[in-house]
Amino acid sequence: MKIKAQVAMVMNLDKCIGCHTCSVTCKTTWTNRKGAEYMWFNNVETKPGIGYPKRWEDQELYKGGWQLRKGKLELKSGNKLSKVALGKIFYNPDMPEMKDYYEPWTYNYEHLTNAGELEHSPVARAHSAITGKKMDLEWGPNWEDDLAGAHITGPLDPNIQKIEEEIKFNFDKAFMVYLPRLCEHCLNPSCVASCPSGAIYKREEDGIVLVDQEACRGWRYCMTGCPYKKVYFNWQTNKAEKCTFCFPRIEAGLPTVCSETCTGRIRYLGVLLYDADRVLEVASTPDEKDLYKAQCDLFIDPFDPEMIAMARKDGISEDWIEAAQNSPVYKLAIEHQLAFPLHPEYRTLPMVWYVPPLSPIMNYFEGKDSIKNPDMIFPAIEEMRTPIQYLANMLTAGDTETVKKSLQRMAMMRSYMRAKTTGKEFDESRLERIGMTAHQTEKMYRLLAIAKYEDRFVIPSTHREGRVNPYRAQGMEGFDTEGMGGWGTDSGGSCDSCGPATPSPTGTATKTGKEIYEENFYGGIWRD
Amino acid sequence: METLDRLIWVVFPYLCMAIFVFGHIYRYRVDKFHWTAKSSEFIEKKQLMIGSLMFHLGIIPVIFGHIGGLAIPIAWMNAIGVNDHLYHIGAIYIGGIFGFMTLIGMIILTFRRFSLSSVRKLSSFSDLAVNSLLLFIVFVGMYATLVTNVVQPDFDYRMTISVWFRDLFLFRANPAIMADVPWSFKIHVLTGFAIFAFWPFTRLVHVWSVPLNYVGRSYILYRRHKPTN
Repeated sequence: MKIKAQVAMVMNLDKCIGCHTCSVTCKTTWTNRKGAEYMWFNNVETKPGIGYPKRWEDQELYKGGWQLRKGKLELKSGNKLSKVALGKIFYNPDMPEMKDYYEPWTYNYEHLTNAGELEHSPVARAHSAITGKKMDLEWGPNWEDDLAGAHITGPLDPNIQKIEEEIKFNFDKAFMVYLPRLCEHCLNPSCVASCPSGAIYKREEDGIVLVDQEACRGWRYCMTGCPYKKVYFNWQTNKAEKCTFCFPRIEAGLPTVCSETCTGRIRYLGVLLYDADRVLEVASTPDEKDLYKAQCDLFIDPFDPEMIAMARKDGISEDWIEAAQNSPVYKLAIEHQLAFPLHPEYRTLPMVWYVPPLSPIMNYFEGKDSIKNPDMIFPAIEEMRTPIQYLANMLTAGDTETVKKSLQRMAMMRSYMRAKTTGKEFDESRLERIGMTAHQTEKMYRLLAIAKYEDRFVIPSTHREGRVNPYRAQGMEGFDTEGMGGWGTDSGGSCDSCGPATPSPTGTATKTGKEIYEENFYGGIWRD
Repeated sequence: METLDRLIWVVFPYLCMAIFVFGHIYRYRVDKFHWTAKSSEFIEKKQLMIGSLMFHLGIIPVIFGHIGGLAIPIAWMNAIGVNDHLYHIGAIYIGGIFGFMTLIGMIILTFRRFSLSSVRKLSSFSDLAVNSLLLFIVFVGMYATLVTNVVQPDFDYRMTISVWFRDLFLFRANPAIMADVPWSFKIHVLTGFAIFAFWPFTRLVHVWSVPLNYVGRSYILYRRHKPTN
């Protein structure tokens, strides 16, 4: 047994309003650079839809994640020897292209002011950030936002295609779910396993998965290896980049930017302790529907004195053990069993989990029959607008029972709290029927509905004192930018990658980020 | 004339080799961040598939062929049972096939790099130069193998170029040997040395990053900050 700590995330999809604040704040923090315009370390997809990149969930196409071959865990894209020996290194057949994400573009805004006298008003046209040529936009980030075009893309969603009954995409049957996605910082990361250069690694102290920019040689197997397609290729530096889980913030005990800025307060961050020696065994669980339970068993009870002693022996400090005991992630995933990993069938043991959303039909039932007949809640869940099978295909490898239980708990919590706040009677035996108590329900309510900052984010700061030589660590983590030499320590404060990336439509003018910044920023006010 | 020969066939090769060695040390120490395979597969995939596969799978046997022809003396070859006839069949036919593959691959890759605006926009000057130079070298090499060898059957590069080449490494290079070598071979040799000098400063460095140790490594890698004292 070897106990390691992981900083993990849970998202409560029931409260996600799809505002994209997380994506935007993430982008302005991490990927507003040339070569990274198309990268969204965090993006919010409207499901059903094919997503970003197109059909990322289709592993027969992209060969991401792991599979069992004769009972042995193997990368779906082929074993190590096949990657080096079969010429795949010269041409990776499973790799997505830029057009599968979208070609980044900008507008020739200058034309609006410089156009001169014309018969018609001048128009700013889209220009490719790569070639500088005019382009007709046919796909882009969030092209499918709020089901736009879902009658075309919806049926192509792999989760839809796995449902046997026909799903209608007409207006009165339509349903949708927002799905914010970022790197899962998996316990069994297939990107790490795919990297021939050994450049991607999992940090031992908090489990964050990072790309060593000095060691990356641009072989691009990580892009294929990650089933969530959350490792990106920077077409300017020709190296891989990915979500860093905002490690400089996590180290300081602060939530990631996406979590901090989430307007719906849907994100939770906390520590989980797990047994690293059993990762391979759990990822090799024969039936993919058992993977969720197996992963839950991998986590260690932070209140068990024996386990605490073991964790201490493995070098986990007291404040981290205490954080694991107060962890909202542990509460949501293990204690209340409300949250599930995204696509456990990829066998990467992802560490960003989701509380499934209840959907509109609940109101209808609760308002009418459920008060009179409390048991009506259960059939109602079956008839939710969002098919249970669809949620199960995303969260539990198709096992509807587990998802249903989670939805039942949340529905029951609503029912209980409604009765309580309106002063109505509530038969507590109804709670017992699904294994809950009044106390637990109220705790759940506090965590899910009130969602106080200090309840959502329980992040112990990293113990780096005396451990790391900052000079040597330059550029070893996260990403590096052109000419910045690591984290800008030797750049004398000049920041070439600050400010928005503005590829020139004509491809001639090349302003540095700093110049753009100075041009647009007057005395603390942005000039747009 | 003798000074010029010495300059071309002694000074120049040594200069190229020195730049090759020290250039790599410098590049590795100073600029690991830009050390990459610099793939453009992300931008364009179809042409790359044919071009890249043909070029790479062609050039590897070609390199081994060059080692066999340049580094191993005729006497050694004979000793292991490869007589002149057998050697020439191997060099012309097998070498020719792989050389042809390399050439076609290189033509496709070069065409792709220059004709597709997206790929061209992402290419640095060094990419374009290396691409053109490689195409030229492969073309001249093929010309020397298939045309010069037929037109001038008396010429045997293993008696001249190979001897001169091995002598370079024994510090007794004799420029006179190279004087009567046909022009196609001369150009192939000189441009070949030139590309070794450019090597450390171009995308070609990715050759040294062939991840052979990946095969024996464990799948999941953890990194830990070690105490610094």
